[in-house]
Amino acid sequence: MKAFTYYKVNSVPKAVSLLAKYGEKAAILAGGSDLFGIMKDRPEGPKFKMPQRLIDIKGIKDLNYIKDRKGSLKIGAAATLSEIVSSDLIREKYPLLAHAAAQVGVPQIRNVGTLAGNLCQRPRCWYFRRSLFTDCLRKGGGTCYALDGENQYHAVIGGNGCCMVYPSDMAPALIALNARVEIATAKGTKMVPLEQFYVGPRTNLLRENILSPQEMVVTVEIPKPAAGNKGVYVKLKERDAFDFALVSVAVSLTRKGNMAVNPRVVFGGIAPVPLRSIRAEAVLNGKDLKVAIPEACKAAMDGAHPLKNNGYKVDAARGVLEQALGLLA
Amino acid sequence: MSEKEQEPREDENKEKQSRMNVSRRGFLKGVGTGAVSVALTGVPLVLPPDAADAAEALAAGVKESTVRLNVNGAAYRVKVKSHWTLLEVLRREMALTGSKKICDRGSCGACTVLMDGKPIYACSRLAIEMDGKTITTIEGLADGETPHPIQSAFMQNDGFQCGFCTSGFIMSTKGLLDKNPRPNSDEIKEALSGNICRCSAYRKILASAKAATQKG
Ligand SMILES: Cc1cc2nc3c(=O)[nH]c(=O)nc-3n(C[C@H](O)[C@H](O)[C@H](O)COP(=O)(O)OP(=O)(O)OC[C@H]3O[C@@H](n4cnc5c(N)ncnc54)[C@H](O)[C@@H]3O)c2cc1C
Ligand code: FES
Ligand code: FES
Repeated sequence: MKAFTYYKVNSVPKAVSLLAKYGEKAAILAGGSDLFGIMKDRPEGPKFKMPQRLIDIKGIKDLNYIKDRKGSLKIGAAATLSEIVSSDLIREKYPLLAHAAAQVGVPQIRNVGTLAGNLCQRPRCWYFRRSLFTDCLRKGGGTCYALDGENQYHAVIGGNGCCMVYPSDMAPALIALNARVEIATAKGTKMVPLEQFYVGPRTNLLRENILSPQEMVVTVEIPKPAAGNKGVYVKLKERDAFDFALVSVAVSLTRKGNMAVNPRVVFGGIAPVPLRSIRAEAVLNGKDLKVAIPEACKAAMDGAHPLKNNGYKVDAARGVLEQALGLLA
Repeated sequence: MSEKEQEPREDENKEKQSRMNVSRRGFLKGVGTGAVSVALTGVPLVLPPDAADAAEALAAGVKESTVRLNVNGAAYRVKVKSHWTLLEVLRREMALTGSKKICDRGSCGACTVLMDGKPIYACSRLAIEMDGKTITTIEGLADGETPHPIQSAFMQNDGFQCGFCTSGFIMSTKGLLDKNPRPNSDEIKEALSGNICRCSAYRKILASAKAATQKG
């Protein structure tokens, strides 16, 4: 890695004041499991440069907690995925979340990787990640190399402009649970539904979320689940030991007898954002769950546009949804 | 407490020669640029009076700093650049070369060490982040000439071919057994899932880890 200035701050105001001062030249450093990979490879482009200043937030006590607040769950940005997997509170009341966290990477990654780092990680598209491909759209260039290149892991929905897929396992699970993120700047904080945190390439080609270079995530909050709520996360991988999702789905719903009520279905690995399937949800809502599964799976992939090498993802996405709903039925 | 500053480097050759010396102390003496100091007794190092200044400096931004960390029971102070990884510092500055570097991207597990008891990839953390941490590397396992039971289990069960991945697998096994002395096969597989063996000795690696659990 090339030299940078390292800051170890002990409060959110200090972190955001540095962000306010240095903007794009600085980056938040959490577990580093995503950031250092990029900084070692230096895949720069016209509008993608390596940070010169890293602001280490792991020492901020206010960001290291998992707690129940009046029935809703609050998790500090710097809580690690291992802490989430082993939290009794989360295992008991939000098993979907523990389940998704357990499927991120491997023990060595979960022991350092943080929740906010997971939600803010950069795409894994190999053209984006390689220094050779400087003209990549997401780096401010003019070419999507994946469109005509090797695109077996790319988007089947919403990939116009840039067909990377958002790689996070935590994001689909948290969106299914209706989570909100608290964002801090030097001027104050705001809460945003996680679903609206992510933006596709047509809104912003250079960033995957609404954070400006002056902002950071400080908290993730999950509302109290309705009585009878059940959830599950199903992730399909090429390598069983560890891999990013080829496709994945988080489903959260409430059972009333045989019926599914207020279902939330969120896919990973098929679009540039964690993708909520409103169509599948509409098919499921208020129906006998077992009966509605085939139609929901079909509806979920309506409008998919596979590329040369990723047609399998359409069937695979239906498959993981069928499996997830089967587990909840 | 015996804390010893190292003599500054005299010349390259002398340094290389002392690297050939097998004793750990010999390693340490010859290495680095005078950056490493060590309390060989393993007594926790008392924070120097400038600790508060150090914290202030870190908050104001640094390109290098002196970190205090405990490695294999001994307290060290090491002067590091901000962009040096823990693995680089262990191997290059402290001559603890048992942790291997293969991918340097957090993907293979050869560099696995325990940080405060938990397995991490040393290639994917900065040394400057390690201030106050306790690190265990493969060098910290044996008791003198007597291998650790996990090391013996790997030897007795041929848990390797070329051996390059082995220290990482052993450290992952150690991380598991320290918190769960009687893991089942699935738990062992999960704990070792972040380590790759290019020779594909997996069957015997799993047998070795399993044998280690039966010893404990
Ligand atoms: C081998 C390997 C396997 C992996 N497998 C998976 C997987 O299966 N699933 C998965 O989801 N991920 C996976 N990852 C990606 C990544 O390691 C994890 O997502 C991890 O949770 C990232 O967290 P971190 O704290 O290490 O992030 P960092 O690397 O510290 O940060 C990641 C990015 O987020 C920004 N950031 C961090 N915290 C904040 C904050 N509070 N506010 C604003 N921005 C912030 C950083 O500036 C950086 O750009 C894998 C990585 C590796 C190397
Ligand atoms: S060298 Fe660290 S994981 Fe490969
Ligand atoms: S024994 Fe050769 S890499 Fe594992």
